[in-house]
Amino acid sequence: MLKFIIKRLAVAVPTLLVLITISFFLMQAAPGSPFTGERNLPPEILKNIEAKYNLDKPVWQQYFLYLGNLAKGDLGPSFKYRDYTVNDLLEQSFPVSLKIGSVAFLFTVVIGIFIGTIAALKQNTILDYIIMALAMTGVVLPSFVIAPLLVLIFSITLHWLPAGGWNGGSWEYMVLPVTAMAIMYMASIARIQRSSMIEVLNSNYIRTARAKGLPWKVIITRHALRPSMLPVVSYLGPAFVGIITGSVVVETVFGLPGIGQHFVNGALNRDYSLVLGLTIIIGALTILFTAIVDILYAVIDPKIRYQ
Amino acid sequence: MKTKKLLASLTLAAAAVSAAIPVQAADVPAGTELAAEQVFRRGIGSEPASLDPQKVEGTPGGFVVRDLFEGLVTQDGDGNTIPGTAESWSVSDDGLVYTFDLRKNANWSNGDPVTADDFVFAFQRAVDPATASKYGWYMQIPGIVNADAIIDGKLEPSELGVKAVDDKTFEVTLKAPVPFFPKLLAHYTTFPTPKKVIEEFGDQWTRAENIVSNGAYTMDKWVVNERIVSKRNPFYWNNEKTVVDEVHYLPIVSQTAELNRYKAGEVDMTNEIPLDHFKSLQKNIPSEVRITPQIGTYYYTFNTQKAPFNDARVRKALAYAINREAIAKFVVGQGEKPTFSFTPDSVNGFVKPDLDWEKISQKKRETEAKRLLVEAGFDKSNPLNIELLYNTSESHKKVAIAVSQMWKQTLGVTVTLRNEEWKTYLDTRLQGDFDVTRAGWLGDYNEASTMLSLWNSFSDLNDAKWANEEYDALLEQAKTTLDEGKRGLVYEKAEQIFAQEMPAAPIYQYVSSRLVKPYVGGYPANNPEDNVFSRDIYIIKQ
Repeated sequence: MLKFIIKRLAVAVPTLLVLITISFFLMQAAPGSPFTGERNLPPEILKNIEAKYNLDKPVWQQYFLYLGNLAKGDLGPSFKYRDYTVNDLLEQSFPVSLKIGSVAFLFTVVIGIFIGTIAALKQNTILDYIIMALAMTGVVLPSFVIAPLLVLIFSITLHWLPAGGWNGGSWEYMVLPVTAMAIMYMASIARIQRSSMIEVLNSNYIRTARAKGLPWKVIITRHALRPSMLPVVSYLGPAFVGIITGSVVVETVFGLPGIGQHFVNGALNRDYSLVLGLTIIIGALTILFTAIVDILYAVIDPKIRYQ
Repeated sequence: MKTKKLLASLTLAAAAVSAAIPVQAADVPAGTELAAEQVFRRGIGSEPASLDPQKVEGTPGGFVVRDLFEGLVTQDGDGNTIPGTAESWSVSDDGLVYTFDLRKNANWSNGDPVTADDFVFAFQRAVDPATASKYGWYMQIPGIVNADAIIDGKLEPSELGVKAVDDKTFEVTLKAPVPFFPKLLAHYTTFPTPKKVIEEFGDQWTRAENIVSNGAYTMDKWVVNERIVSKRNPFYWNNEKTVVDEVHYLPIVSQTAELNRYKAGEVDMTNEIPLDHFKSLQKNIPSEVRITPQIGTYYYTFNTQKAPFNDARVRKALAYAINREAIAKFVVGQGEKPTFSFTPDSVNGFVKPDLDWEKISQKKRETEAKRLLVEAGFDKSNPLNIELLYNTSESHKKVAIAVSQMWKQTLGVTVTLRNEEWKTYLDTRLQGDFDVTRAGWLGDYNEASTMLSLWNSFSDLNDAKWANEEYDALLEQAKTTLDEGKRGLVYEKAEQIFAQEMPAAPIYQYVSSRLVKPYVGGYPANNPEDNVFSRDIYIIKQ
């Protein structure tokens, strides 16, 4: 197992490097520059600005400068937010996304697996149909529909919760965004869990266990639940990364200061350094969580052993 | 020999100061009961690029910086120039040297007095290549001595034509007289910055824990993409007359999200109104919808370097065939005004030019358009094909579709629409890779040259690449025409040439439209630069 983990980490470094290289040159290839605006800048002014950000140097030189700084943990200055470095921006925004994402993730997993299991056990009953209808609605309703709908009901009509803002992360500001984020993933997890559980329940060893006369409760909790979670677990890695980084819509609707907003604005503003910084973070997280999922696999399913 | 001489326009401004005291502060009408909690929460559209006066660009940053800092002059609710940190000023007989007397009680938020050195530092900083200010060119507009050479790296910033005569006397020397120079000083690039603080904290000086400012407010909290909170500066010279204690600036990008938060009571004043909600809001809460004409024009630029748009007849035909009234009223419909001149009439002291094509009916304009196009050699057998470039947005798309229909119906022109994402579009436009492109311009200061100088043959903003010697000469002449009335006539001539040559087709004047809660008092009814100073606002008890 240890060998496996080391191997995974060794692969991560070149993967990240490839990711950085591709992103770096793709950003450069995108038309427009961070400094174009409605007002075309006089050439001498543009020259001064480009000199400040090393953009006057050849691209390959910029690339190695970037890698050099990156090795020191310096992601460079933001090209758009001139009072901040990319490190500053990420330090401020990542904890917000992490906090809101983790809470949403926790709800998603617990509730998703629970209702998915219930639906499977009560397969083809009214309860199953209701849960699956709701789950289907959750899957098809995008967050840009759910989020404003929640605001309309709970903020504008009922005045129970704030319509947006973060306020240092106090709970009342988190309820709506967490709900909006959780609904979509929760619905997917419930559906995956249901079909996986049904499959497991129809497998031979469960039939054997039932034939042995084991109580139903024991069969479910001891023998069926763990293997049935395998598909969900493989879905969780990307889902976790997605939920803490890709909540662009939810962050925009609720005005949350997380990294999702930076991603969109960064790309639109051609804020090269900010977008690269985010790419690195998201890339690293994706690699990390895929590895964690692989390890979890082994823990859950004793049949899987890594060499 | 230097004798003190106040310019006519400035005498007016000074008169306004003495007539209504206090002009530059919340003017609460007698009998108004103020709310116990004076907190003002406003949407600002998006995250400011910076809060450093010499580095900031764009409107969101401008909103905050104008509350935190105060330049030599400032503006009242109608956009008139009034004294700010400078109490009064004078100009030498030759119009080249301006002397500003700073208020004795003008202070930074740490209690230090604001001195002439702070202005010297700020002005030099704006042109210093090391600052890499995007607005460095702003110091070139009035032609401050040596600004060009410093930006170009040929002279040291210390060579700039600015001087601290003593602690409270600041002097600026210009290359040539620019009669509207004081008006230019309401712009944030010219605001003072605290030398000591910047030297101590470097790029981090604008953080809430480090910043020192000289305006009515000073920053308390800054969470990027969520909110900026400012609190009253107790050392501000007019602090006694300021009413609002705390201002929250909310960078809400989505207009719908901003509207929702307004409805939920979390925002007192929005930055914009979503187009598709405008009509219903105007019907349901008309008193909260506030529309102010802006110094800005929405127009279509022709690529005059490219045939057939190098032919003024083609450009005029296309401009004439646009039914501006219909676009302003039915396509955008937020109170925008159709325009035929490039300069909007909201500009202070602007004489509306007497343009022939404005006086005739749209029907006649269309007949004239047909005639011009045929004359230029285009008809059914040889139809004109145009590609119309615009940046991706619902509202630009609507205008583009409407205009292309008008061109097709009136002139039989075939139009291909091409929309590009903002930065890509800017790049295409800059490269001159277009036939006709949508563009918009918001003035930087309240004087006609902020609009008309776009079309100078040497202007970096002249995307039409249009060049007209007579036009250039008129703008030069205007710069040195001291009398505002006479200057207006020169601008009128420039507008006439513009209409004759039509390098771009003006379509409508921009307005700022936003929602303001009924309990927000002191909203400036008529500031065409959309400068809402929180120091003028007060919250009424509900």
